[in-house]
Amino acid sequence: MGEMDTLKKEADGLKAQIEAGRKAVNDTTMATLASGVAAAPRVQLKNRKTLKGHLAKIYGLHWSADNRHMVSASQDGKLLIWDTYTGNKVYAVPLKSSWVMSCSMAPSGNLVASGGLDNMCTIANIKGASPKTLRELDAHEGYLSHSRFLNDSEILTASGDTTCCLWDLETGKQKVIYKSHVGDCMCLAVSPDQNTFISGACDSSAKLWDIRDGGCKQTFIGHTSDINAIAFYPSGTAVITGSDDCTLKMYDLRADQEVNGYQDAALNAGVTSVSLSSSGRLIFAGYDNFNCNIWDSLKAEKVGVLSGHDNRVSCIGVPDDGLGVCTGSWDSFLKIWN
Amino acid sequence: MARDMSDIDILKMELEQLKKEVSTPREPVSKTSKETMDWCEAASGTDLLITGVPDDKNPYKPEKGGCIIT
Repeated sequence: MGEMDTLKKEADGLKAQIEAGRKAVNDTTMATLASGVAAAPRVQLKNRKTLKGHLAKIYGLHWSADNRHMVSASQDGKLLIWDTYTGNKVYAVPLKSSWVMSCSMAPSGNLVASGGLDNMCTIANIKGASPKTLRELDAHEGYLSHSRFLNDSEILTASGDTTCCLWDLETGKQKVIYKSHVGDCMCLAVSPDQNTFISGACDSSAKLWDIRDGGCKQTFIGHTSDINAIAFYPSGTAVITGSDDCTLKMYDLRADQEVNGYQDAALNAGVTSVSLSSSGRLIFAGYDNFNCNIWDSLKAEKVGVLSGHDNRVSCIGVPDDGLGVCTGSWDSFLKIWN
Repeated sequence: MARDMSDIDILKMELEQLKKEVSTPREPVSKTSKETMDWCEAASGTDLLITGVPDDKNPYKPEKGGCIIT
């Protein structure tokens, strides 16, 4: 046990150095800087549409880059692709395994990905006469919690096996494996410039990765429980995380630390999902207690609530044009608000 | 995967990562967060969820007129 103790001591020493480095530049918080900013208007968003069609809990949703279509995943064993303007279901993709935990759509709109307790990421082409399975990405040793396409030939995945992975869709093989988390990876988000991505895990940390070389560049600590949701601030300079510890945090990438916290003593439900309005000013956070709270990202104040679901809000998304926000719930419905 | 690694291998992996992160360049929060804030404020003017979506530009607003006959 001598070696363990020596290594632990060395690690503690480095952690203290890192903390000191962070403290040295911690000369204010975002909320303090924003004290002079006008308050965001009280946000009154209306439920404009309810998309009905799934028969069981919805676990994931992802807007198309065309700002009109959307894919949703439910444990009824289906992916549904919706035309949100009409409310119509455009495609239904049956899943081999109904234990789906996430879904995503490629920027081209040609491909969708899904995965969950089957430990696989299944890629389907939805542009043919009927949806066709293109690839089954099968190398993770734990559940698939999240995925995001970079383009039609590359996809990033996050897994319960504590790793994230970049896959080559031409070959179906892993290109890069991102190893550093010591807990299940629950979520990931790609930077606006597509050079880096951020992951959140059950080890309570968020990590920033270089997509191409696989290196972990930075680690963000402070949460005291699983990080279930993560999003890049649209400026690309900060990251928002949501956790089972009932709080959200903003981490500044260049200051390498937390600069804002979003919590309320009255809130004792974990955060399941997070999405930002197009300027980043509004944070939409879904909680275990069936609501979605809206936070002012700068002043760290609650400015609204989306209530209407009869069960946990499991996923949220804002399309690239920022025209609305969609919530997906265990009550099997998707709701669009603006 | 961290699951298959022994405690000592996990510790070694963490140690390697900490050694890298010790030399991460860090800029003052007052500078970096001010830039993020300024970016956000500039973008808020066109953020439709803040400014609101005019009815005629809102693809989700139900069509005016028409009625339900039962």
